[in-house]
Amino acid sequence: MAAIRSWPRTLGVATRSMILLTLLLGVLFPALILGIGQLALPAPANGSMINAPQPGSGPVGSSLIGQTFNDAAGNPDPAFFQPRPSTAGDGYDGAASSGSNLGPENPKLVAAIAERKAAYLAAHPGTTVVPPDALAASGSGLDPDISVANALAQAPAVAAARSLDPEKIQALVKEQTTGRDLGFLGEPRVNVLKLNIALSGLDN
Amino acid sequence: MWFVIAQAATLALVLTIIYRPLGDYMVRIYTSSRDTKVERGAYRLMGVNPAAGQTWQAYARSVLAFSLIGVVLLYALERFQAWLPSALGLPAVPSGLAFNTAASFVTNTNWQAYAGESTMGYLVQAVGLGVQNFASAAVGIAVAVALIRGLAARRAATIGNFWVDMIRGVLRLLLPIAIISAVLLLAGGVIQNLNGFTDVTTLSGGTQSVPGGPVASQEAIKLLGTNGGGFFNVNSAHPFENPSPLTNLFECVLMLAIPFALTRTFGVMVGNKKQGYTILAVMAGLFLISLTALTLLEYAGAGTAPQAVGSAMEGKEQRFGIGGSTLFGTTSTLTSTGAVNSMHDSFTALGGMLPLLNMMLGEVAPGGVGSGLYGMLVLAIITVFIAGLLVGRTPEYLGKKIGAREIKLASLYLLTVPTLILSFTALSFAIPTVRSEIEAVSILNPGPHGFSEVLYAFTSAANNNGSAFAGLTANTPWLNTTMGIVMLLGRFLPMLFVLALAGTLAAQDRVPSTAGTLPTHKPQFSMMLGSITLIVTALTFFPVLVLGPLAEGLL
Repeated sequence: MAAIRSWPRTLGVATRSMILLTLLLGVLFPALILGIGQLALPAPANGSMINAPQPGSGPVGSSLIGQTFNDAAGNPDPAFFQPRPSTAGDGYDGAASSGSNLGPENPKLVAAIAERKAAYLAAHPGTTVVPPDALAASGSGLDPDISVANALAQAPAVAAARSLDPEKIQALVKEQTTGRDLGFLGEPRVNVLKLNIALSGLDN
Repeated sequence: MWFVIAQAATLALVLTIIYRPLGDYMVRIYTSSRDTKVERGAYRLMGVNPAAGQTWQAYARSVLAFSLIGVVLLYALERFQAWLPSALGLPAVPSGLAFNTAASFVTNTNWQAYAGESTMGYLVQAVGLGVQNFASAAVGIAVAVALIRGLAARRAATIGNFWVDMIRGVLRLLLPIAIISAVLLLAGGVIQNLNGFTDVTTLSGGTQSVPGGPVASQEAIKLLGTNGGGFFNVNSAHPFENPSPLTNLFECVLMLAIPFALTRTFGVMVGNKKQGYTILAVMAGLFLISLTALTLLEYAGAGTAPQAVGSAMEGKEQRFGIGGSTLFGTTSTLTSTGAVNSMHDSFTALGGMLPLLNMMLGEVAPGGVGSGLYGMLVLAIITVFIAGLLVGRTPEYLGKKIGAREIKLASLYLLTVPTLILSFTALSFAIPTVRSEIEAVSILNPGPHGFSEVLYAFTSAANNNGSAFAGLTANTPWLNTTMGIVMLLGRFLPMLFVLALAGTLAAQDRVPSTAGTLPTHKPQFSMMLGSITLIVTALTFFPVLVLGPLAEGLL
């Protein structure tokens, strides 16, 4: 009988502790981190936004979130370096992060890869091996980076579209390359938005 | 490949440095007789006498009551979302999905049948999901500590006080580490704001909505508590959850810190540190084997699509590459975290089998916070029993006789999760109406891979992992309901068996070890325990793996 009677009491303790924890862990803890972030680390806390190259203009996006570089018709703009294929919404939709989740034998994925390969080779005719990151969609659909090989392969087309010296563009890619973290973590990479912003510096 | 080895070596080094101080700190947390002022205040408000020990039945009742209230509160928050502040204008979460999510976060599974950014407002994320991240982790550790006490005690009627264990776990362990980790993640680029979506005009003149949210606070406890529920749909693949290779490694450390260090806590509390090291050796050995296998398979990049790409990069982020993705995937599925930084559904066929196998091991290498240790201790009891049968010795573990009652409880523990996985996977294809819905709505990929998606889902739910072959559309009445039930049974039935085991073990006296006792503190025992773990898993799951990943990868 004692055991049966103590269920309501136990539920009472459970309810009171859950309310207590909700205040502490659900309200105070996030508020503390919010305060620290907004006061001490406002730039990363608010999304590492970067501004347009023209002085006085607002943010053009986050350096951590990839974006599309399309012309008015919605096609990839040859004057910009292009990011990886994306399956977030219609491509780089910040409100709908997603990978393709297509399996290694899925015919849809195999067809998509063939299509991407053809488009890449058409845009960059000198390429012998298309870099893998240009053929495979990222996990988030918001990958801000491309591989160094991918950036270098795109350099001639970008140079042609902007009537710039290809060697200058290649030098810029090297300058914008981030190595592995600490020298051994992750992969070398080029942030596409930062690279494209740096491009406009060359135009002047 | 040198950098992949350097990455693993760095992880091992950091974990080695943390191991002793964290393990010993947890000993002090769970054995100290002193309460802090804040804790005394909390006990008064809760109506708890912290000095009173609980029988295993009272302990179990407290675990269940606490978790039940957690489910009810979280369900209510989701259902009332539309009327709550900071909801981003999102509607109430539908009832099936709300039940599934409440069960998921209270059971430390964090299976997500929804996309975070378009379903859960900031208030539900922080006040609902965030609180359960702490609470469910504290419950797991408390149950493990109760089992350790049962093994260490002599003729004791009680196994500790759940409310004290839970409150201390939150206040002294999880919260301080979560605060420090959240600040480090912030410095690494993880966001923490209430900005909602910021619309920007992109460099080429398009528009983009950049998401906001209190992510850093959520991210820290999501990994530290081996929960795994992402703020965003793509979890730790999202640059705002995991911005760089450095944060990626840090997140792996967070997932592994407590589960590994608990073996030290165990060794110290039972009075023989070597007993902890043998368990640690098995966990670390299995981890290393699994990580090596997945890394080699993904670099090999077998399969039609990876071959066409030239690398298994589909679903992986450029900053992590293959090496950073396989480390995270292995860590996450061997710890019951279930976070992902790459899409497991797009792994190579055999590579994708490894996260599945990791979960099928029963989440013990090193497993979730608390649950990994108690799972491995149950396997240790099975091992001394089998070894005893083979050589005709009386099975004993740490001076406790392993009799009929102990073996029954350990066997029930081992049978629960595989039974749930296999029967619910089978039911999903055996009931004609369910099967047609699974095939038409849920499965994304054709052929054996589609079967793997369903198998993966129930394996993940029953083991309280929460990762997915995410092509599966799980927000259907059948999957929301059955997976919610599977998560609850997969969490609380094993916990009840563990607590009952703790109770019977605590009541026993210690028998002195004799020449006939199997030593459980030597490498020989580690080998046996590791082998038993692998054999039990292989015997149980080989047939079903043949139908999914093996068929896809070998045919």
